[in-house]
Amino acid sequence: MSEWWTYSLSDFLMFSTATYFRLFELQNLALWPVQVLALAAGVALFACLWLGGAQAGRAAAVVLALAWLHVAWRYFAQRYATINTGAPYFAIGFAAQSVLLFWLASRRQGARLIGPAGSLGKLALGIAFVALVGYPLLAPLGGRPWMQYELFGLAPDPTVAFTLAALLLWRAHWLLWSLPLLWGLISSATLMELDSSQAWVLLVLAVLAAGARWLAATRAHK
Amino acid sequence: MLAGGAHAWAGPSLAAPGPLLTRPIPSSGERLPVVGLGSWITFNVGDDPAARANCTEVVRAFFAGGGRLIDSSPMYGSAQAVIGHALAQLKYPPSLFAADKVWIGSGARGPAQVDASRALWGVARFDLLQVHNVLAWEAHLPTLQRMKTAGRLRYVGITTSEGRRHDELVKIMTTQPLDFVQISYNVLDREVERRILPLARERNIAVIVNRPFRQGALTQALAHQPLPGWAAEIGCTSWAQVLLKFIASHPDVTCAIPATAKPAHAFENMLAARGPLPDSALRRRIVADVERLA
Repeated sequence: MSEWWTYSLSDFLMFSTATYFRLFELQNLALWPVQVLALAAGVALFACLWLGGAQAGRAAAVVLALAWLHVAWRYFAQRYATINTGAPYFAIGFAAQSVLLFWLASRRQGARLIGPAGSLGKLALGIAFVALVGYPLLAPLGGRPWMQYELFGLAPDPTVAFTLAALLLWRAHWLLWSLPLLWGLISSATLMELDSSQAWVLLVLAVLAAGARWLAATRAHK
Repeated sequence: MLAGGAHAWAGPSLAAPGPLLTRPIPSSGERLPVVGLGSWITFNVGDDPAARANCTEVVRAFFAGGGRLIDSSPMYGSAQAVIGHALAQLKYPPSLFAADKVWIGSGARGPAQVDASRALWGVARFDLLQVHNVLAWEAHLPTLQRMKTAGRLRYVGITTSEGRRHDELVKIMTTQPLDFVQISYNVLDREVERRILPLARERNIAVIVNRPFRQGALTQALAHQPLPGWAAEIGCTSWAQVLLKFIASHPDVTCAIPATAKPAHAFENMLAARGPLPDSALRRRIVADVERLA
């Protein structure tokens, strides 16, 4: 790879758009009825973000940690790895974020959620709503079969989007933001190379969340 | 490709126009059809049963059209396993020419990777093994040559793609005993005509051509353009056939390896290995027209 600058992302994408989205269909068929549990967990997580406070914050961290671990195992290690040789590394990254979230949950006041009243709270709940309700609709809206829906806790992008919302309300340390933002870049770049119309979704959510966090941090220092 | 599941290949829909065009492998004289089958992206479908069944139909159509050489690599995700599945379903057609690659930075781990690849294909031995993208070629080429001497391999080669590392490729072609070289070549990317193809002729090295359609971009760009009148002169009914015949008409090319996920396209591609090929005047016209239309 001495002429690495001559390579583009497309040189490393070794699967077609149809094969990529078909993974979700195969996973959704194989895991049913785990989706019911994932949906319930997503609703509970949304309620935690809505309620705010330390206890809800710790519960949210546990739910998200389990979701990241589940995606690492079920999606990256068992599904994506069948078509992408880089998937095991993504699985390790998602497992690492799960550890960080468990660590956050273990801290008594560290996972305290701010209330949803302010503009930051409204933005976070908006992102959470997209993660919970919007993402499953992207498949039919994009002209793909319903069964290719992406659900929080099963697919990486809605799980990362939900996490961005929680990170905002936790006012979390930047360390916790690193992997979700990195995945936002990887996923968006992958989907752009695949010419998917939903390529910009996670990128926009990540920019909104990180931008709002940065603004809030800047104001707090003044 | 996937929603409707596998599309069973019902057999040739057109009468085969003339005998299959073949070219000799210079180091042995063995002849290969001028069109083979690539597996980059199209065969990396994981363990999806419907997509695997569809790939089996692609391979079936390829053999029905007279094809022999199938090319893959450990870099192509699940493609090797999917090819192995297809070959098993088709009871390992005896005409198969199995071409794969070694793609690993460590020379010591090359033999283990080759064994793993062979197991995935389900073949007793590969016909051709190539060093993928000249990665660690100094370590791999001696290993492959030893395998060839021991009768565990028939041909040794090296690959590059998208015009990369041609200086290094020239050096290897000049100094190493090679049976095959694999490069990217198509109507719009013709840099290899200047150095690589003449050197291959001079050194008696067979040439496999990858990316004949620029990974589908060329056929997509031309999809809505009507075929010019000259296409009928060389028996072409599609732009894909024109693009393949352009490549096959270069005297130093042994075989082009288009990849496809559609059985009908696999058969249609094989029809490009029959009938007349463009002469040098028509080759120039093809270049001019494709540059204008694509």
